[in-house]
Formats: sequence, C-alpha cells, structure tokens
Amino acid sequence: MDINQVRKQFPILDQEVNGHPLVYLDSAATSQKPQSVIEALDEYYRGYNSNVHRGVHTLGTRATDGYEGAREKVRRFINASSTEEVIFTRGTTTSINTVAYSYGRNNLQEGDEIVITPMEHHSNIIPWQQTAKATGATLKYIPLQEDGTISLEDAKETITDKTKIVAMMHVSNVLGSINPTKEIGEIAHANGAVMLVDGAQSAPHMRIDVQDLNCDFFAFSGHKMGGPTGIGVLYGKKSLLKDMEPVEFGGEMIDFVGLYESTWKELPWKFEGGTPIIAGAIGMGAAIDFLEEVGLDEIEAHEKRLAQYAMDRLQTIEGVTIYGPKDRAGLITFNLDDVHPHDVATVLDAEGIAVRAGHHCAQPLMKWLNVSATARASFYVYNTEEDIDAFVDGLKKTKEFFGDVF
Amino acid sequence: MSFNNLDQLYRQVIMDHYKNPRNKGALEGDHLTVDMNNPTCGDRIQLQLQVEDGIVQDAKFDGEGCSISMSSASMMTQAIKGKSVEEAVKMSHVFSDIMQGKEISEEMEEELGDIQALQGVSKFPARIKCATLSWKAMEKGVDEKE
Repeated sequence: MDINQVRKQFPILDQEVNGHPLVYLDSAATSQKPQSVIEALDEYYRGYNSNVHRGVHTLGTRATDGYEGAREKVRRFINASSTEEVIFTRGTTTSINTVAYSYGRNNLQEGDEIVITPMEHHSNIIPWQQTAKATGATLKYIPLQEDGTISLEDAKETITDKTKIVAMMHVSNVLGSINPTKEIGEIAHANGAVMLVDGAQSAPHMRIDVQDLNCDFFAFSGHKMGGPTGIGVLYGKKSLLKDMEPVEFGGEMIDFVGLYESTWKELPWKFEGGTPIIAGAIGMGAAIDFLEEVGLDEIEAHEKRLAQYAMDRLQTIEGVTIYGPKDRAGLITFNLDDVHPHDVATVLDAEGIAVRAGHHCAQPLMKWLNVSATARASFYVYNTEEDIDAFVDGLKKTKEFFGDVF
Repeated sequence: MSFNNLDQLYRQVIMDHYKNPRNKGALEGDHLTVDMNNPTCGDRIQLQLQVEDGIVQDAKFDGEGCSISMSSASMMTQAIKGKSVEEAVKMSHVFSDIMQGKEISEEMEEELGDIQALQGVSKFPARIKCATLSWKAMEKGVDEKE
C-alpha cells in the first residue's frame, strides 16, 4: 500500500486548519471520502438521477442498475450468500432498531432475556431497553474484564436458555478492543438465541465474512468506510428475515395494496419502504470498490501498526492514561492528567489536529471507566506516522500550556 | 489560529476559577436545585439557589466538566449573589450576547467583572455551550421557582 497514493485520493486532507496542515484523527466518528466516491455521487446526480424499480425509461433503468449493483457489491464485501440478505438502511442505528422492532417485539415475551454488554454504543443499548420495556423481557449485561475485554466464561454465565437475543459490538469505538463475536455467537446459538453484531467500527477496517462469523444480523454504516452519510446496511439471515414484518410501510415495499389489506414485496425490498437512498447506496458501492482496491487486510495491518506506534509514543508522555487493551484496532482513547478532554481537543484543534472529546455515545462505559469524558484519536487508511507525531507533539504542547496554569 | 487565541480563551482568571472554584458545594436550608447537562459532551452541573423575596441570597454549584464550563459556573454564582431574579436573568441574556460576539454597554461590563474574561470563548463556537451551561441552569431554576 502506497500511503502517498492513498492520501492523494482524499481531497479534503489537502488543506490547512488554523494555520497548520490538517491532521484528521476522527475517522471513528466519520471517515473522509475518496475522490471516487465524490465522483460517483456527482455522476449519478448529473447523469442518471431517477427513481428506481419503476421507471420504464432509460434513466430509471440505469438508476436501478446502480442501486442494485451497489447491493451486490455489499453482498460480496461481507460475503453474504444472497442479495436478499442485504437491506439498505439509513445507518447502523436504523439497522439495529429494525431488528429490535421487527424481530425483538414480535419474538420476545416476559421471562425472555436480551443480552448485551456495558461497552455498547447507545445505538445498541437503547433499542434493547425499549424492546425490553415493550415486551416484558429482561435486559442483561455480560460484565467486562478489568481491561475492558469480554471473557467467554462470563458470556456462558450470562447467556441462558431464556436468552433470545444477544447483541454486541464487533470492535469497541472507545476501547478499540476486538470482541470474540464468533465464539459468543456459538454460545448464543447453543442456547437458542440469535446473534446481532454491530459492525460499525469493524466493517470499515477489516475483512468481514458474515458466513464465517455465523451471526444472524450484522449492522454497519457507509459513512465510516469512505461512503456518504445517510446510508447503511442490515445483513440478516434469509431464514429469519423472511418471517420478519417490515417496520416502515408505504411505497416501494408493497406487492399488492387493497383498501383494507396489503401484501409485501419479497426480500430485501419489503424492508425498504419509500424511495430508497439511491445516491447513498451508489456512493457506498464506490467506497467498497476503493477499500477492496487498497485491500482490507492491508488496511487492517496499517491501522494496527499506527495504533501500536501511537501507544508507544504516548507512553513517553507522563500523565497520559490510555483506556482499553494493548491489542487493539486503530483507535486510542485517552486522558491527559487533570486537563479536561474538551480542553485537550481545543488545544489540538488550534494545531490543526482533529480528535473527538466527550462520552463517545457510550455513557455506561464511561461510568464503568469512572470518567465523565475522554479524548479519542482514531485512524484510517489515509493516516500516517507523521500524523501521530504531530498529535504527540500537540499533546506535549497541551501539557505545557495547561502546566503553566495548574 | 494560534496559541495567542488560546491564551485569550484560557486567560489567567478563567484558570483561576477552574482551579479554585468559588461557591462549589451544596447549600443548606431552604433552596431550589437544578440539574443540567450537556448531552453531547457529558458536562453536568447541579446548581442550588436560595431565593428570598425575589433576591438570590445564595448560590452554589457542583458538577463535572471542562475548564470553561466549571469556571463559568464559578463566576456566574459569584455574579448573581445579591442580585434580584430579574437582574440575574438579564445578566444571563447579556452573557449570551457576549458569547455571540455582540458588543455590550460599559455599564454592563463593569457589572460583569471577571465574567468578561470568557469573551474569548465567542471565537470557539464549539465551546459556547460549555460557557452558557450554568447560566441556562440558573434561568431554568428561577423560572421554575416562579
């Protein structure tokens, strides 16, 4: 992988922020977009914008081909066995909510259990809280180990024959830890439960094979993997999806509509009510092309290298606390002495360095870590060791700056 | 942007209030309590006010947050003590104006004292909510009281 060639594909990186070259370390929040994605959107709107699945005219056919072609790219990207199992949504949040509503509310009752973990993003907690409230099911948590990882023993203790759904993030957006979702899925299946994997932080960064993971549902977003905002995917096993009711009703998703009764289209369209996110899907398809061209294995190795390099360099700064295990994906969540993470982020921003500060949509995990907020630097295919050097220098300056006043 | 702007943002007086917050803790006796947080960043404040005959007799706060939100709370409690509810709410509006970079009257400048040190925040749009958190809590508190 030629990092300079990769960087050239991302026009946004070529700019100064506050008088310094932009160092973008917030890709876990949203990634930057390669030229090819921007062009794909531009081409669609300039050349063949049209509604899908109904136009007899030429543009309609081209738009349908583009949209359904993107679905096939997603299928290949996650190795689903059929495009019937690939549903386009607004993003990971909508994907998880779709399962919580359609599967959860219709298959759970009092006495049943939903099992999640305290490290989940709010989008994989609240839908289950609401489903538990609506059905009378009990929400349970697999406890975290001291370093923030999950042990299979704890999973076996928590998941019982009353458990109907296990939902868990693949990679933590705070700890960077990679969860053993395949093994936990086996425990779930042995107990008759279905397994949902939140892949928002994994799909952009590593090769995903849903058949190998053997998960029942897999959710991820386009905008974290170089695609546009407003598009995401819900993968589900056909055997489950075919019996699930749609969540949104209206145009596009129907087979026959009568005055009092209607029937639905086949999979995957019965879950895509209304005019779909056509440009978004086409843009996401272009992002997949880009990632596959660079190579997912290459990207994963590159980010892990950057994470290790950053860990080593950060440890040379006294007062830096890093959260999460040593073996991690390409992000580092940290705090610097008594300096509040917002203040850290503001000083870094003055140096052109973009990091995230706050609770990262994981308030229960912040409570578990016993902090009110943290700062986070996250890496992607376009980041370099020079970016990390600038980040480390910025942190040293932050320390000096606040050291004077404390 | 440079460290010059940062110096303006984090002036000595702000860091002093952050390091040695005034009126931090809890009130005893009859008082009202307001909890407010900034859900996007996790800052939270608990403000306690003792209001008698329309006058803020005492004010204390507790909470967690960045230097801007905590120093602002410290300054706010200092400023409103002894003021009437109307004066306190008016100050809050003036403070919002300052955050939006608007000019204020000389008279008000004198009234605000230390608080003017927060003027630099107006150049950092992402941080304005930090500075206004405690003021919003105060407004909510006196509003509920009425």
